[in-house]
Amino acid sequence: MNTRRVFMKNSALAIFGVGAIPSWLSRSVYAGDAYGKRRKKILVAIFQRGAVDGLNMVVPFGEERYYQLRPSIAIPKPDGTPASAVDLDGFFGLHPSLATLKPMFDSRHLAIVDAVGSPDPTRSHFDAQDYMESGTPGLKATGDGWMNRALLKPVGPASPLRAVSLGSGLSRTLRGQNDAIAVNNLNDFQVKDQKSQATFESMYDHSHDTVLHGTGKETFSAVKMMQSIQKQRYTPVNGAKYPGGRFGQSLLQIARLIKADVGVEVAFADIGGWDTHVNEPNQLSNNLTEFGQSLAALYQDLGDRMQDVTVVTMSEFGRTVRENGDRGTDHGHANVMFVMGGDVPGGKVYGDWPGLAEDEQLYEGRDLNLTTDFRDVLGELVSRHMGNRNLQAVFPGYGNPKFRGLVA
Amino acid sequence: MVITKRTLVAVLAFALPIASAPKSDKSFQKKLGKDDQILHALDRLTFGPRPGDVERLKKIGLKKWIDQQLHPEQIKESVALEVQLLPLESLRMTPMQTVQRYPPPQLIKAIADGKQQLPEDPELRATVERLIARYKARTGQDASGKSAELEPVHPLNEVLEPWELLTLRAGTPDKKRELLESMPPDKLEEMLIAMPRPQRQQLFNNAPTDVRRKILLFNAPQQVVAYDLLESKLLRAIESNRQLAEELDDFWFNHFNVFYEKGADRFLIPEYERDAIRPNVLGKFRDLLEATAKSPAMLFYLDNFQSVKADLDATNKNRKVKRGLNENYGRELMELHTLGVNGGYTQQDVTEVARCFTGWTILEPRKGGGFFYNDKLHDKGEKVVLGHVIPAGGAMDDGEKVLDILAAHPSTAHFISKELAQRFVADNPPDALVESMAQTFLASSGDIREVMKTMLDSKEFWSQGAYRAKLKTPFEMVASSVRALGADVTDAWALANQVGTLGEPLYRKQEPTGYSNMNSEWVNSAALLNRMNFGLQLAKNGVEGVKVDARRFGNNPDAVAKTLMFRSASSQTRSAINKALRDQKQKTPALVAGLVLGSPDFQRR
Repeated sequence: MNTRRVFMKNSALAIFGVGAIPSWLSRSVYAGDAYGKRRKKILVAIFQRGAVDGLNMVVPFGEERYYQLRPSIAIPKPDGTPASAVDLDGFFGLHPSLATLKPMFDSRHLAIVDAVGSPDPTRSHFDAQDYMESGTPGLKATGDGWMNRALLKPVGPASPLRAVSLGSGLSRTLRGQNDAIAVNNLNDFQVKDQKSQATFESMYDHSHDTVLHGTGKETFSAVKMMQSIQKQRYTPVNGAKYPGGRFGQSLLQIARLIKADVGVEVAFADIGGWDTHVNEPNQLSNNLTEFGQSLAALYQDLGDRMQDVTVVTMSEFGRTVRENGDRGTDHGHANVMFVMGGDVPGGKVYGDWPGLAEDEQLYEGRDLNLTTDFRDVLGELVSRHMGNRNLQAVFPGYGNPKFRGLVA
Repeated sequence: MVITKRTLVAVLAFALPIASAPKSDKSFQKKLGKDDQILHALDRLTFGPRPGDVERLKKIGLKKWIDQQLHPEQIKESVALEVQLLPLESLRMTPMQTVQRYPPPQLIKAIADGKQQLPEDPELRATVERLIARYKARTGQDASGKSAELEPVHPLNEVLEPWELLTLRAGTPDKKRELLESMPPDKLEEMLIAMPRPQRQQLFNNAPTDVRRKILLFNAPQQVVAYDLLESKLLRAIESNRQLAEELDDFWFNHFNVFYEKGADRFLIPEYERDAIRPNVLGKFRDLLEATAKSPAMLFYLDNFQSVKADLDATNKNRKVKRGLNENYGRELMELHTLGVNGGYTQQDVTEVARCFTGWTILEPRKGGGFFYNDKLHDKGEKVVLGHVIPAGGAMDDGEKVLDILAAHPSTAHFISKELAQRFVADNPPDALVESMAQTFLASSGDIREVMKTMLDSKEFWSQGAYRAKLKTPFEMVASSVRALGADVTDAWALANQVGTLGEPLYRKQEPTGYSNMNSEWVNSAALLNRMNFGLQLAKNGVEGVKVDARRFGNNPDAVAKTLMFRSASSQTRSAINKALRDQKQKTPALVAGLVLGSPDFQRR
C-alpha cells in the first residue's frame, strides 16, 4: 500500500519532472505530516445518466470523418474562437463548454480515458446503468454495487459516514453489505425536532430489539457527526463557485464532508439530462457548462485535500457517431471517462483510439468501438488509489483488469 | 464467485446473527395467547389494525374472519374507497387508450412531425396541440417561440380576482385548497393555461386530486399514469376491506416485478397489475405465471418481446443491428419466478427456455399494442427443458409447455412456499412449515389459496417465533401509521412520496428481484431517521392530504401507545417518552403520537 511518504516522494518527483508546480501541491510537499491522521484515500464517483455524447464532450477533431458524419452538430476544430474545441493534444479537444477544466488538464490532475465503457451490447439506459452501477455487465441479479464492495474491511470502528450517496435514495452503486447513507442535504440529516431526537436516541439506545438497536446506534452516531458539520456555516474557498443546480450542490456537500474529516471513503453523485436525441447542441452545451463548473469548483474548493481524492466520471453508453435527422444522436456504445485527482498522472488522453474513418472501425457499423473496459479504470482506482486489491470480489468475473496507469 | 443478492442475504444471515436474529426453532412451537393471536392476525394479514378492528375481529371470530379474507370477492368493498378511486381514470384504460390519453414525449414528437394523426377528442386535442407548440418552441422550429410556453389566452390577472391571486400566492394551504376546490372547471382550466409552468408546479402540492391530474396533464401528461398508480396503491392499502388481497397484490407484484421507468412500462403497468396480478393473487399459480408471461409489461421489461430465433437476421444485409436470442426472460423466469436460483437448472436450460419463448412479443410496443405471437420469429427446432423434450415444429405452445413444466416442479413449490412464509411468518421460517406448504402446492396443482390455508392452519404461524418477528416495509409503515391514527385521507400523493423517502419507491424497483422479503432490506440509517421524521410529521398534521385528530388520544404516553399499537409499548420506549414529557413544557397529544410512531416498537409487525 502506498504510504504517505511514498506518495510525496512520487509527487515531488513528478512535479520536478513537469516544471509547473500547482501551488497547493508544492505546499503539501513541504507540509510534513500535517494530514497524518487522515491518510485515507477518497474516491468520488459521478454518473452522467442518460448517456452523454462523449464524441462531443471530448472531440476527436483530428478525425476528418467526424465532421462528415456530424454535419450540423460537430464541434469546430480549435481556432481560438469561443465555439471551437479546446485543444488538448493536437487530436482531441474539449467541448468549449468544458473550458473550465482545461487548467486542471494542464496542471496534470485531469486524465481522460477515451473509447471506454461497458462491453455489454445493450442500448437500454435501464440495463446499461444497472450493469455499470452493479459493476457486473450482463448480470442482472447482482444486488449490490461495485462501490460498496470496494470498501475495505474497516480497522476498528467504521465511520458512519464512510460511504455517502448524494440524493434522496441510496444509489445502486453504493448498495450492499457495508453501511452507506443517502443524504439529500446534510442539513436535513437529523430528527427535525431536537428534543424528539434525544427521545428517539434514548428509545433506540435502550431497545432490546436486536436489529433496530444496532442500526439506531449507527444512525445517531452519524447524526451527531453530522451535527458538528451542520453547526458550521459552509463557505467554499479558493474562489470556488458551485453552480446552483442539484449537481453543483451535491459536489459542494461532498467537499463539505471531506473537509470536515468525518471519515468519508467513498461518495457518489449523479447528473441527468444527457439523452440528446433532439437538438443536441444547446442541451449538451448547457449541461456541460454545469458539469464542468461543478467539477472545477470541487477541485478548487478541496485545494490541498485534492491529494487524497480521486474523482471519476462515467455514463452508461455513448451515442451514435452519425447525427440523426433531429440534430441529435441516438444510443451508441463506447464513451469517455474523466479521472481527476492528486495522484492521477493527468494531462493526457488515455486509451486506444479505434478510429472513425471507416464503418469497419465502428461498433456494429454505427458506434465508437470499445477498447477499454470501464472496470479497467474503476479497478485501478479501487486497487491502487483505495488500496483494495481484492478485485475479484469487487468486480466478480473480472478479477484482472488491465490498468492504464491512472494512479501515479 | 459470483455474488448475487440472494447468496449475499444467505451469507449475511449466518455472518451477522445480530442483524437477522432468527428466532430459535423452539419458539415456533410455543403457542400464542388468544389476544395476541388477534393482534398477530391483524399485523400479518392486513396493513395494520385500525381503531375498532380488534373488537370487530373478536366479534366475527378469528377463523371466520380469516376465511373471509381468503375469499376477497365475497367481501363488500368500502364505498368510500371506490368513490376515491373513480377520478383515477388511467387505472381502467387499455394501454392503447393510455398512450393516446396521456401521450409520452415520443408520441408528441411523432404527431408534430406529421407521422401520427392529431386525436379527435377535443379536450385531448387541445392538450396535444399545446404540447406540440411547446415541443416546437423547444426544438427551435418555431422562430417566434422564445420561451417554452404558449402565450396565454388571457393573462392571469384577468382570469382571477385580486383576492384569488393573493390566496394562491400567500394563503394558507387550507385556503388554497378551498379555493381550488370551489373553482368552476372552465375557470380552473383558464387559470392553468395562463400560469407559467413553475407556478403551476408549485400549485400542485396544495391541489386536490382532480386539479393535480389536470396540472400533470398540462405539464407532462404521461405522469398522470404514475400518479393514478401510486394514489390507488396507497388508498387501497389504507382503506380496502380486502386487506389480505392487498397484501398479496404487493407480494405478487414484487415477485413478478416490473419497473415503471423502463420505456413502455410507463403505460403498461396499470393493465399489468389490474389484469395479470390482481385477479390471480389467491388463484392458481399456473394462471398467474401465464398472465405475467403474456403481459406486455413483462415482455417489455425483460426484453422477451425482441428475442428472436438466433439465425433470423444472420443473412439479412438490410439489418445493421442484428436481432438475436435474448435470454433475459428465460433466466429470470426460472431464477426468480419459479424454481429459485438453486432450483436445479443449467445455463443450457436457460437457452432452451429462451428458444421456446421466441416469437412471444408485443404488437406495436410503443403504441400500447397487446400480446402477439409471431410465428416467423419462433425457433422451430427441438428443445430440451429440464429433461423434458419439446419436439421440433411447435409454435406458441412451446412456451406454454415450459410454463407447465415449471409450475408443476417441486423446486417451484418449495421456492414459492418459502417466499410466502418469509413474508407472512419470519425471515427464516422453519423447514417443516415450508415443506408442508410445498406439499399442499403440489397436491393442489399450485392453488395459492390452499397454500395460504396450510400456512394459516400451521402452529408455526401462530407461534411466539412468528410474533412481531417482521419489520414493516416502508409501505407497511406508512399505511399502518395512517390506519392506526384513524386518519382521514383525502389524497395519498404525499404519502406515496413518503414511502419512497423511506426507501421503497413503489413501481420503481429497477431489479427484477423486486424488494426483498427480508428485514435486512429496510435497516439503514437514513431510512430509520426518515421513519422517525415521518411519524412526527404525520401526527402533527404535516403530511399533505391526510387529516389527523390527535386530540382524541390524550397525552398519557401509555394510553397513546396502547391506542396506536393496541398493546403496551416496551418499558424502554415508555420511559423515554415519559422523560421527554417531564422535560418538556408542552406535551401535546400529537408529539406523543409522533414519538410512538417513530419508536422501535412500531416498526415491528
